Amino acid sequence: MKHRGRVWKFGDHIDTDVIIPARYLTTTSPEILAAHCLEDADPTFAKKVKAGDIIVAGENFGCGSSREHAPIAIKTAGIACVIARSFARIFYRNAFNMGLSIYESEDLWDRISDGQKIEVDSGRGTIRIINSNADLMRIQPIPPFMQELINDGGLMKHLSKKRS
Amino acid sequence: MGMTITEKILCEHADLKEVHPGELINARVDIALGNDITAPIAIAEFEKAGGGKVYDRDKVVLIPDHFVPNKDIASAGQCKVMREFAKEQIITHYYEVGEAGIEHAFLPEQGIVLPGDLVIGADSHTCTYGALGAFATGVGSTDLAAAMLTGELWFKVPRTMKILLYGNMQKWVSGKDLILYIIGMIGVDGARYRAMEFAGETVEKLGMAARLTIANMVIEAGAKNGIFIPDNVTREYVHGKGKRNYKFYTSDPDAEYAEVIEIDVGKIEPQVAFPHIPSNVRDVSQVGEVMIDQVVIGSCTNGRIEDLRIAAKILNGRKAAPYLRLIIVPATREIYKMALREGLMGIFIDANATISPPSCGACLGGHMGVLANGERAVATTNRNFVGRMGHSGSEVYLAGPAVAAASAVLGRIAAPDELAWGSGS
Ligand code: SF4
Repeated sequence: MKHRGRVWKFGDHIDTDVIIPARYLTTTSPEILAAHCLEDADPTFAKKVKAGDIIVAGENFGCGSSREHAPIAIKTAGIACVIARSFARIFYRNAFNMGLSIYESEDLWDRISDGQKIEVDSGRGTIRIINSNADLMRIQPIPPFMQELINDGGLMKHLSKKRS
Repeated sequence: MGMTITEKILCEHADLKEVHPGELINARVDIALGNDITAPIAIAEFEKAGGGKVYDRDKVVLIPDHFVPNKDIASAGQCKVMREFAKEQIITHYYEVGEAGIEHAFLPEQGIVLPGDLVIGADSHTCTYGALGAFATGVGSTDLAAAMLTGELWFKVPRTMKILLYGNMQKWVSGKDLILYIIGMIGVDGARYRAMEFAGETVEKLGMAARLTIANMVIEAGAKNGIFIPDNVTREYVHGKGKRNYKFYTSDPDAEYAEVIEIDVGKIEPQVAFPHIPSNVRDVSQVGEVMIDQVVIGSCTNGRIEDLRIAAKILNGRKAAPYLRLIIVPATREIYKMALREGLMGIFIDANATISPPSCGACLGGHMGVLANGERAVATTNRNFVGRMGHSGSEVYLAGPAVAAASAVLGRIAAPDELAWGSGS
């Protein structure tokens, strides 16, 4: 799969309370959650973000609460994928289970600025910064089982397929 | 090669002879837990996948605790979704607000989770039950849906790090201070994807309340689970509680650890985690003057009777500082009753505290104690992220019940020893 989009850059340890504050957890409506995505980190983020944009973050993205509302908010806000140095484990599970594309890259964060455009080729495992002569960067290969989840469209569809 | 307790529990629940760190397994789930925030999404996913009956109505636990008593019309709707599902599925372990309290305090107290169990919960603090010698880990709503449907779930076997605690704890130091100290030492991702196994002579002497507090916060170090080897303290705690069989697992002497960290707890003084990350800890003596607007004593971390007793000891005959809101939250109905019987509630009320019903409420900035812009709170909860207890311009300082109670009296972050103590007290 290829994603091409503008980068929104965040730091380390972006927690799920910041991604979607608890005051909005009285709903499960993806649209309402998306309207408040990352509000406590950047109050106007949800208004600025466009379909196909990409979040690039540092270490431990998605730490804290297990709320799946966080990947739902990100996905519904139009984010094509999240690339971080590392992910907190519950967020990592949730993303694969509900079908948000996420990738790990050691190098990207240091080399990218907010607002630049990148192209991610998950098939080849590469990231390219558009309009720059920086080298191609690699994303960590996705474990086969996780790839199966993605191909099947998330955990529930994967289970239905196995059970039928 | 031997196995750790975490590996053994996973191994047996996957019907395998051995497991290795990094391996992906499918394992049977003994208890699958959801609450009023996470269950509605799980229920929708469950229905979308064809629904039908849950795999075992005795093994699904649904607790409305986050926004109860219903804080507004929307949260009332969430609770209603869960209640109707529980009714329709005749879920054994569904409890209304007055019956239960905060899920992670309630489940161990009632023997719903037991040693040797494999527990998943769509709530990150599900790791609390590791205190009993269970494998317990937080997952998302879709995972809960899958477990409700099939009774199984996929897991990656974590590597284990061992935390060896030795020495005697200083006065006023509790389980909360130990775990804050450890998080400060290893960082909020110091145990990412790992199991944290607590051992050593100090651990053997720790009561169950302290163990529950410690296991509760391993997620704040990024861990998958925290675990204590069950012993006599465990045996005494679960005695007469469980209605199911349980099993004590232990780690083999030749089990392999990713890392062993030794800590002399005698050096640790009461800890305070500054905003906005739980690893930002300081010794209480190094805090300086931090004025506060609110103190919350409660939550799944520190809302047990042992915590309330410590708070009462400090608040007895004293009052909350002027303009400060002191909120005390007994974590379950049973704890509430015990606190009443022991006279703690009278002490709290005389100290001008307000008593919140057993609920998450203030801990996640839900209701019953939300902070305004610029306000500061000391809380015995587990997270101090930006906006955690209210406005994104508010601040949360995490501490144990002793520091929280002393701070409430003095109106600033303070150690209990800063109060005047008469002889004999
Ligand atoms: S008390 Fe706080 S941390 Fe514990 S389950 Fe409730 S909201 Fe989560």
